[in-house]
Amino acid sequence: MTFGRDQLGLAITFMFLAACGGNQMTTTTVAEPGIEGELLVSAAASLTDALTEVASVFETSHPEVDVVLNLGSSSSLREQILEGAPADVFASANTSNMDQVVQAGEAADPRIFITNLLQIAVPAGNEAGVTGLADFANDDLLIGLCAEAAPCGDFGRQALENAGVTPAIDSNEPDVRALLTKIEAGELDAGIVYLTDIASTAGTVEGIDIPEEHNVAANYPIAVMLNAPNPRAADAFVAFVLANEGQAILREFGFGSP
Amino acid sequence: MTSPRLRSARPPVLLVVLGALGLAVFVVPLLGLLARTPWSDLPDLLAGEVVTDALRLSLVTSIAATAIAALVGIPLAWLLARVEFPGRTVARGIVTLPLVLPPVVGGAALLFALGRRGLIGEPLNQATGLVLPFSTWGVVIANTFVAMPFLVISVEGALRSLDQRYEGAASTLGAGRWTTLRRVTLPMIAPSLIAGLVLTWARAFGEFGATITFAGSLQGRTQTLPLAVFVALESDRDTAVALSLVMVAVSLTVLVVLRERWWKAL
Amino acid sequence: MEGPVTRDGLEATFVVSRGESFQLELSLSVAPGRTVALLGPNGAGKSTAVAVLAGLLPIDDGRVALTGITLDDPEREVFVPPEARRVGVVFQDYLLFPHLSVIDNVAFGLRSRKVSREESTARAGEWLDRMGLGPQARRKPGDLSGGQAQRVALARALVIEPDLLLLDEPLSALDVTTRVQLRRALSEHLEGFAGPRLLITHDPTEAFLLADEIHILEDGRVSQAGTAEEIRLRPRTRYAADLAGSNLVAGVARDGVVDTGAHLLHIADHEINGSVLVTIRPSAISVHLREPEGSPRNAWKTTVDLIEHLGERARLSTGGPLQLAVEVTEEAARALDLVEGTPVWVSIKATEITVESDG
Repeated sequence: MTFGRDQLGLAITFMFLAACGGNQMTTTTVAEPGIEGELLVSAAASLTDALTEVASVFETSHPEVDVVLNLGSSSSLREQILEGAPADVFASANTSNMDQVVQAGEAADPRIFITNLLQIAVPAGNEAGVTGLADFANDDLLIGLCAEAAPCGDFGRQALENAGVTPAIDSNEPDVRALLTKIEAGELDAGIVYLTDIASTAGTVEGIDIPEEHNVAANYPIAVMLNAPNPRAADAFVAFVLANEGQAILREFGFGSP
Repeated sequence: MTSPRLRSARPPVLLVVLGALGLAVFVVPLLGLLARTPWSDLPDLLAGEVVTDALRLSLVTSIAATAIAALVGIPLAWLLARVEFPGRTVARGIVTLPLVLPPVVGGAALLFALGRRGLIGEPLNQATGLVLPFSTWGVVIANTFVAMPFLVISVEGALRSLDQRYEGAASTLGAGRWTTLRRVTLPMIAPSLIAGLVLTWARAFGEFGATITFAGSLQGRTQTLPLAVFVALESDRDTAVALSLVMVAVSLTVLVVLRERWWKAL
Repeated sequence: MEGPVTRDGLEATFVVSRGESFQLELSLSVAPGRTVALLGPNGAGKSTAVAVLAGLLPIDDGRVALTGITLDDPEREVFVPPEARRVGVVFQDYLLFPHLSVIDNVAFGLRSRKVSREESTARAGEWLDRMGLGPQARRKPGDLSGGQAQRVALARALVIEPDLLLLDEPLSALDVTTRVQLRRALSEHLEGFAGPRLLITHDPTEAFLLADEIHILEDGRVSQAGTAEEIRLRPRTRYAADLAGSNLVAGVARDGVVDTGAHLLHIADHEINGSVLVTIRPSAISVHLREPEGSPRNAWKTTVDLIEHLGERARLSTGGPLQLAVEVTEEAARALDLVEGTPVWVSIKATEITVESDG
């Protein structure tokens, strides 16, 4: 039996699949040859805890890889990328930021990998007695939102608009983590953040649901950068995130599946 | 063929090259900014509310911070320079801390101290209803915190190197302590005092980290020029450039006008 | 140190320590219209004395009083701060306020005492004119020459009409020529000041010429006090002897001869004319038992009035016609068998006599 062209093509395809899609089929620790080095992941701040865990599991199955998370508001990450900052993977909290990056030719083939919902965040104990979006119009309360350019700020304002509330804002925080920290500390009475953020605070921040008709669902796209310094690891990472194992971890943190 | 005398009058080449590189460190970023400026849209951008609000806030808060720094900083400098009290060395160290501390850390500390649930902020709030963060006063406090060390250090240094015999002479002429301070000490340290005030103002004017952490960011109330630039960079690059230009223009004007006295005292 | 103990002038008897090892012990009485000099080497305690009297340093023990008012008395817990004392001080480096004009410097003391700006400026202006510094009124101290600065400092101290004038090395910052010029002017201003004056200096000539009474300060203690004559002729310590070193005589010069009133001295300089100050080092004077041979133009017969043996040297003072302090080696004194009353001849070479114009 000789290796004809078809067999060769099949063999190459198999090898390719093995290299790229290996993790989709296994959950055991197998070091993939060639997946190594530093992997730069620029991700939205709301993904902080979730991606840290994802990265940790990914590193366990790929010991040669060192995942470096660059977290911030999606809009500032987008700016960084457009100005030429290096990144292997970009995970944004909304599609508009990703679209701009794709349009600029920096990324291709974005996939929605999780969804998120908004929730009202209040400090543990809810001293101010906040009950819903209507309280955001109360001048006496200290209200915080993410900056308008950040996805959570954009979505938060949309939700308020949906509810017909004109908010009395006291601060526009640069990203959702900063907003959360201040609410946790009790320095702000209320803010609008993601469901997942409240889940991550282990009780120091309480969440108040936003009725479905007002709430805004965020779709988070993820993509491999076209000029990625480490494309192989990038592909592996994205695949992991989209696969069952990655999705399971993300759901643990409260994200929804697409 | 240059004569040996002419050659020795010109500065060494290496010095010139390195010096030019040093200058480039400052000039190149400025050129980058100017290159990105949308010159035709500039007048409209500058008239925009985002810009005028931010400029007004920046000027008001930086000047207020400088004034407060002078009011409490000069007496503090005097104590550090002239009075031997227990813990003086430690006090000196604490005063210089904001210079070394990342401004965001400073802002966080201010929040823990003066925030609504803060060490002093909580009783203050309960007693008077006063909320310092997220207010313009919060910006002033943040600015004062990071900028005051400049003033204290300048004035303390000047007081320490001042020949105290002049103050003795003044007293033999009948001048009491206040008169001596007013008519002899302060005028004699005037150059350093002014340099200190300028540096303090400049630092306050450019403050970002402590402001955004402690005072938050809200147009018209707490969004100073640096904060406005930060926000605008993500959404409206042209406005960001316009804001940056405003900052550069104001800063340059102040520094150039006071250049003479500033260089002399430093 | 004689003279009436006065309630009008300065009375200071005190002990004060500075640092670990230095202590100053002083007892002074200066009547109005009198000038007392505190003469001593560096480190003797002169600046400490200035600080105490100006009120910048409180004493440990004793009492300082001026015009009968106690300024410092630790036992009775009295201490008058410097701004409340009426002591006019001329500091060693003048300490003119560099940021104020000359006239504002002079007016400073008045303005500090709440005198109106107009009046202060007017009175300051008067003093400046008196010093011949009217044109410099608006200038800054940095633009002045040493001599001008000194006069401004003096005006600044005098304009406040103090009860005591304290001069700390007033001329030492100046070069020799200026010093000589200003010494005369200073002498006049001192005479013109009615209150007590204390002059601190390390320059014996200054002390001898300007003061009525000299207290020699050595190592925190007064080693000798008396008139210039007394000290010069009967120095009690080595330092006093060194200071008083030179004989100082005033006279009128003409054609190489100085008429001191008591005697005619032949000098080498035939050019100098008019009022002069003649200085003769005691060691430049030779002593003989018989009239000396050779060519000394200055030789005369006199007696040994007093002789003091100071180790390797002997110091003697001669009687008339011209009283001089003479220094010889102890050996020579022994060889010549010099004692009080010994008739001797003294001779001085014309070239050994220093003459300076007393302008």
